[in-house]
Amino acid sequence: MARVVLEGIRKTYPNGFKAIHGVDVAIEEGEFLVLVGPSGCGKSTLLRMIAGLESITEGRLSIGDRDVNNLEPSERNIAMVFQNYALYPHMSVYKNMAYGLKIMGLPKAEIEERVKKAATILELTDEQLIRKPRQLSGGQRQRVAMGRAIVREPSVFLFDEPLSNLDAKLRVQMRLEIKTLQANLGITSIYVTHDQVEAMTLGHRLMVLNAGNVEQLGTPIELYQRPESLFVAGFIGSPAMNFAEARIDAAGKTITISGQEALPLGDGGMAEHGGKDVILGVRPEHLELVAGAPDAVPMTVTMVEQLGADTLVHGHFGESKSDLTVRLEGIRHIKGGEVLPIRVSPDHLHVFDPKTERRLS
Amino acid sequence: MLKNVHFGPSVLPFLLVFPQIVVTLVFFIWPASQALYQSLLLEDAFGLKTEFVWFKNFEELIHDPLYWSSFEITVVFSFLVAFLSMSFALVLAIFADRVIKGSGAYRTLLIWPYAVAPVTAGALWVFMFNPTLGIISYALSALGYEWNHQLNGGEAMALVVMASAWKQVAYNFLFFLAGLQSIPKSLIEAAAIDGAGPLRRTFDIILPLLSPTTFFLLVINIVYAFFETFGVIHVVTAGGPAGATNILVYKVFNDGFVGLDLGGSAAQSVILMIIVIGLTVIQFKYVEKRVAY
Repeated sequence: MARVVLEGIRKTYPNGFKAIHGVDVAIEEGEFLVLVGPSGCGKSTLLRMIAGLESITEGRLSIGDRDVNNLEPSERNIAMVFQNYALYPHMSVYKNMAYGLKIMGLPKAEIEERVKKAATILELTDEQLIRKPRQLSGGQRQRVAMGRAIVREPSVFLFDEPLSNLDAKLRVQMRLEIKTLQANLGITSIYVTHDQVEAMTLGHRLMVLNAGNVEQLGTPIELYQRPESLFVAGFIGSPAMNFAEARIDAAGKTITISGQEALPLGDGGMAEHGGKDVILGVRPEHLELVAGAPDAVPMTVTMVEQLGADTLVHGHFGESKSDLTVRLEGIRHIKGGEVLPIRVSPDHLHVFDPKTERRLS
Repeated sequence: MLKNVHFGPSVLPFLLVFPQIVVTLVFFIWPASQALYQSLLLEDAFGLKTEFVWFKNFEELIHDPLYWSSFEITVVFSFLVAFLSMSFALVLAIFADRVIKGSGAYRTLLIWPYAVAPVTAGALWVFMFNPTLGIISYALSALGYEWNHQLNGGEAMALVVMASAWKQVAYNFLFFLAGLQSIPKSLIEAAAIDGAGPLRRTFDIILPLLSPTTFFLLVINIVYAFFETFGVIHVVTAGGPAGATNILVYKVFNDGFVGLDLGGSAAQSVILMIIVIGLTVIQFKYVEKRVAY
């Protein structure tokens, strides 16, 4: 267990491409930090820099109060789970897990004890331990890859999209297992994923990366409730947040989507941004279908998706071009072309500056 | 459900395979059957009298100490060629795999020797090692070593091994490099995190994963050393001195076309045919089983 501290970490490739533009974060002992972002945002690069598989161009990286910038991966006391598991195909499961310990020079008895212990935690049977990785299913391989990480008893776990090769059902199951395992072992973990559901469910804190920049760092709920930028607002949450161009009135009390009724702004308004053109964001789950309410806005339905537990209604406000998604609970019988009265809850409005794309208010 | 589609009878498929069948018949089946037939005949050197002798040619071969010594020489020669060219190619491939800048040029240069004809390769080495003119034998004599492969059987063997191995390095290099590049990078990284240094990674991870390639190349190299080195031998030593480099293929030529013992020579080539068929069978059986990674 160790604290991992990143100070001003930057990465520039020899060809001049800047992959990471300065990351500062202190990951506490036993914390589960998720690096999340679209592909190419630099999240894997950052993880590989922590692992020591990529060099650090600038900045300081310390693991457990030890500067590790110039240490080999094996000297950093870390363990990594790879996307394709990276199990040694010519070794049995047992040997895969024991390989690192053998190199450490541990006595045979202790290697066996540690491997057996990890196998028990991961529910790998003795019969599976003598098999070759190719004879195992995807989920089992995933377990072996984690077993190989556990036996090293590292101070930090690094996960590089470990679930992306599994089918949807297994992914949910392994997600829970990883969460439980991390909570039980209490080992500091850094986890890379592009899947925001995985990120939200696993992480104590999330770091959203976009094109090598940290967009926001916070707990899943903070990111959901108060996204600091347009990017985070659009990235976190499924289905994604609705955005529309809007204008705040001079007094800062109401906000108007072009050509629609004015909506009241909650929390005493935004007087300091009076008269400004903004981007308004509302999550699909914060739009309600309310018949006969005076502040309801008519929405023209174009498409309906039935999920069983929810119904997703796609359409737009009146003549507005901006697409709109509404998430309604339960099964609703709505057809394309219908006009629904939709109420926007004033407590759940997100207002962003169209130029800086940062959150206002 | 799958539907079987039946095509009406047509001459097109027969036309398409016709050239291949003709080539096989003319250049393989015909000469091979001729050799089989010849191996059962005894013919005098002038071709005036031919006698059918059943397996007498083979019997004579089995009791001929020169044939067995040639067999031994072939085994030693092919083992040395395979070992030398493969180990050298592997080292080069491991280095080339790590080269980042100019790797294309580097690889192209390494592949060149493969394009050199065996006779030319042999001539090249003969020039370098010529006891009176050769630059390397000159350098060796400066170091106090008198090189003369025209007199010394061991040196002659060393020279033909070097010349043959050199030519084959390029081929082996290509396969080893492709094999290395098909090893997922994450495996090497996982081993690095497990604490294995570059040398240990090579022995614990890379070489075991290359074993299917290695096995394939071993068979190919043995076949090469058995059959395709004729040109090198012919130019460099002509089987000498005193038969020290007289490998089976060269002996077939020597006995048949120089000694004009056509029956005995044909019997030898039949045995060689059986050996190459055996090697091919081993190749197919094992390679298919072992390429599992």
